[in-house]
Amino acid sequence: MSGVRETVLDNGLKVLVQEVHTAPLASVWCWYKVGSKDETPGVTGVSHWVEHMNFKGTRNIPRDQVKGIIEKFGGSWNGYTWIDQTTYLETASKDALDRMLFIEAERMDACLYDPADCESERTVIISELQGGENDPEQLLDTEVNATAFKVHPYHHPTIGWLSDLQTMTREDLYGHYRRYYVPSNATIVVVGDVAADDVVKRVAAQFGAIAPGSRPPRVRQVEPPQQAERRVVLRKEGTAAYWKAAFHAPAFSDEDFLPLLVADAVLNGAAGVNIWSGGGVSRPQRSARLYRALVDGGLASSVSGALMPTEHPYLYSLSVNVAAGRTLAAVEGVVLEEVARLQRDGITPAELAKVNAQLRARFVYDGDSVTDIAHQLGFFETIGSWRAYHGLGARLEAVTAEAVQAAAVKYLAPANRTIGWFEPVDA
Amino acid sequence: MALHPKRTVLGNGLAVIAKANHTTPAVSLLIGVRAGAYSDPADREGTAALCARVLDRGTITRPAGVIADDLDGRGASLSVVTGRHQMAISATCLADDFGAVLALAADVARHPAFPDAEVATRRADLITSIRQDEDNPAAMAVDALARALYGSHPYGRKVRGSAASVEGIRRQDLVRFYQKGFQPQAITVVVVGDVAEDAATAAIAKAFGDWGSSGDPPSGLPRPDAAVPDAVAPAERRLVTVPMMSKAQADLAYGFVGIRRAHPDYTSFSVMNNALGQYAIGGRLGDSIRERQGMAYYVFSSLDASLGAGPFTIRAGVSADNVERAIASIDAELSAVVQSGFTAQEIDESKSYLVGSLPRQLETNAAIASFLLNADFFDLGLDYDERVPGLVQAVTLEAANEAARRLLDPSRATIAVAGPWNHEARESHEGQAIRKTS
Repeated sequence: MSGVRETVLDNGLKVLVQEVHTAPLASVWCWYKVGSKDETPGVTGVSHWVEHMNFKGTRNIPRDQVKGIIEKFGGSWNGYTWIDQTTYLETASKDALDRMLFIEAERMDACLYDPADCESERTVIISELQGGENDPEQLLDTEVNATAFKVHPYHHPTIGWLSDLQTMTREDLYGHYRRYYVPSNATIVVVGDVAADDVVKRVAAQFGAIAPGSRPPRVRQVEPPQQAERRVVLRKEGTAAYWKAAFHAPAFSDEDFLPLLVADAVLNGAAGVNIWSGGGVSRPQRSARLYRALVDGGLASSVSGALMPTEHPYLYSLSVNVAAGRTLAAVEGVVLEEVARLQRDGITPAELAKVNAQLRARFVYDGDSVTDIAHQLGFFETIGSWRAYHGLGARLEAVTAEAVQAAAVKYLAPANRTIGWFEPVDA
Repeated sequence: MALHPKRTVLGNGLAVIAKANHTTPAVSLLIGVRAGAYSDPADREGTAALCARVLDRGTITRPAGVIADDLDGRGASLSVVTGRHQMAISATCLADDFGAVLALAADVARHPAFPDAEVATRRADLITSIRQDEDNPAAMAVDALARALYGSHPYGRKVRGSAASVEGIRRQDLVRFYQKGFQPQAITVVVVGDVAEDAATAAIAKAFGDWGSSGDPPSGLPRPDAAVPDAVAPAERRLVTVPMMSKAQADLAYGFVGIRRAHPDYTSFSVMNNALGQYAIGGRLGDSIRERQGMAYYVFSSLDASLGAGPFTIRAGVSADNVERAIASIDAELSAVVQSGFTAQEIDESKSYLVGSLPRQLETNAAIASFLLNADFFDLGLDYDERVPGLVQAVTLEAANEAARRLLDPSRATIAVAGPWNHEARESHEGQAIRKTS
C-alpha cells in the first residue's frame, strides 16, 4: 500500500498527495530542505528566524490580514525549524484547500521582510532562547551537542547563538530566504479528504509560475571520527541533577539506523519516528532495560533515549533525570554497565520480538491524523524520500539480533561518546 | 459528522461510552474516576497524585513486572493521571489487543495492591518532579498565583503537593483514598477506536459489571463531587514574586478567580477568552505583546472552569527588563476591552474558529475519548459535539463584552512573577498601580 501520488512540477516543486477520507479535513505542509545545519558562523539561528518572518505578510497578504487567515476556517497553522528542515503547515476544513495552498505559495515567493518587523522579531526570538535557557536540561543538551560536534554544523543549536541573534541584519535574513525558498528545494504535501488529481491541478495553479531558482548550497563538512570520550560538567543553581550521553550515530539512510533504533527500544522502549507528535502516546518502557535498572532501581525519576532520523550522521542520546538524593556517578555507573552488557551479550530473541511489536504499533500511532500522516511523508522526503518511510516496516523485518549487537558495539563505544552532567548547586 | 456515541449504564452504576472509529487499527480506552486532588487530606497534599503513580504498579494477582511485560510486549501504553476532581486511567493499543489491555486496565482499576516497595519508589519519583518544578519559573509563577488568588480555598493547593507533604504520605493513605473514590457509580469508561460499539460495551460490562458484588470494596458512597465552595475573589490588586536570580528570563501569571463550568454564560466566557488571548498567536494580547512590541515569545490566556471556579490566567515569558512593561501592557489591553469592548470582527472570528475547529479537534481516538469523558463529567450531554456550534453562534458581541467586564478588572488582578526579577530592587521604577503584598 502506498496511496501516495507523487508529481514534480516544471519548476522543480515536488508534490505528494494522499487521500484520507475519514474527516472533512485537509492538511497542507510545505517543506524546505534548509535547517540550522545549513548556517554559517555569524548567522546561526537564521533559518529559525526566517521561519518566524514568513508569518508576517506578503505581497498579496497584507500584514494586518495575516491574523486569522486560516483560523476563520477553524484551522490551525504552525511551523518548525530543526537541523535539516523548515516546515509550515495548515490543517483545516477541506473547503480551505485553495486558501492553504495560496498561503504557502505566497510564503515561498512573496514575503516582505519589513525592517521594523525584523527588529521586533529579534526580541521575540531572544525571549524564546532565554525561555529555553531557564530549563537546565536544555542548557545541558546545548553544551553536549556543541561538544560532540567540532566540525559539522550540527554543532550549534537551532535557535542560534545569542550574539548572532543580536547582530544579524535584515539582509542576512532576506538573503537566506531567497537562497533556500525555491521550488526545487521544496516539497508540498497534501493529505485529507481530497481528490489527488484535483490537488495536483490546484498546486500547479498556485505554484506553477514561481521561478525555479538555483540550487542552494549544501553542507560539505563531515565530522571526523571522535578519538576519545568528551565530558561536559555544568555546575549551576538548580534543584535536580541531569545526566546525558550522546554518541555519534548513523544517518537515517544508513543500514545501521534500524539496528540502533531496535537497540534503543531494548534499552528504553520504542519511541517511534514521529518528531512532530511523538505518536501522541507515551512509550512502552516499563520492561525496558534502563527503565528497570534506573527508575525501578530508584536512581532516576525518568530515562529516555533518542535516535532521530536525520540527513547526516547525528547523535544517539540517553537522558536521565536523577532522583532526589541520588548521584550522577551512581546513574552513570548503571547506564554504562547496561550499555556494556548490551555490547557483550546482545539481545534475546524475546526482546527482539517485543520491540518489533512495539515499533509496529508505533508506526500505526505515528499516523494517527491527517496532520501526522502528512508530516511523516514530508519529513522523510526532506531527509531522503517518503518511500523510505513506507519502507520502514521491511527494514525492521530484516533486523537481526546480531545486527543490533554489532550496532551497539560500533556506536556505543566509549571513544564515540560525550557525557554531560548538570550538577545543581545551591543558590 | 456527529459523534453519536453509545452510552450505557451498568447495573452497578458504572457508565460506558463507546464510539467506533475505524481510521487506524487502534483503540483508546479512558477510565475516568470522579476523585482527584480535591479530596486530598489537608496535611497530605499530593495523595491523589501519588495514588495515580502507584495505582498501575501491581494488582492483587499481577505484580508490577507482569503488567509491564504484558503492556510492553504489545506496544501498548497505559498511564494514570490525576487532576483536581478526576483521575483517569488511559490506554492505547492496537485493536487486536483491546480485550487483553481492557482486562489489564480493569484489574488496575479494581484490584490495585499498592505494594510498599512501589509506594516508596514512586514517592521518590514524585518528589524529584516537585524539586524540578521548583527550578522552573513558569511552574513557580502558576503555583504562586494559585496560592495568592485562592488562599485557604482548596484551589490554592497544588495537585502534586510539596516535597514535605508527599514525604508524609503512607500506603494506607493511598488505600483510603482509593477505597473512597473508586466506586463503580463514580466511574465512566470511554472506548474510542477500531472496535464496534456493541462489542466494546459488552466487553466493558464483562470487565466491570460484577464490581460492587461480594469480594470487592463496598460501594454505596455518594458521588464524591460535592459542591466546591465559592472562592472569595481578591478585592484589590496584588503582586507576588518568586525571585530566581540565576534564570535567563521571568515568567508571569496574571489572573483572576474565574467561573464554574456550570455557569450559564460559560460559552460567552470561552469566546471572550479566545478573542483576548488565544485566537491566532494569542489574540489581542499576542497582537500587542508579541507582534507589536516583540516582548515575549509566548503570551496567552486560559479559562479553567471546573466544578468550582478555577482561575482565569494570562501568562507570558519576558526578560527581567520588560516585566513592568509587560504587566502594564496587559493592564492596558484589559482596560481597553472593559471600556470599549471587542470589535464585532474579533468576536465573529473567534466564533468561526471555535465552531470550525471542532472536526479537527475530534480527529484522533484519544481526543474524541477525552472530549466524551469531559462532556460526561460535566453533564453536557451525549450530543454536546452537535450543540457546540449553536451555543457558540448564540454568543453576541455584547455577551462577550459583558463576560470581559465581569472578570477583567486590572485593579483587582493578582500577579505572580517568578524569575530574575526582584520586586524590592525595582520598586522605585514601578507604577503606583502595583501594591506589594508578599
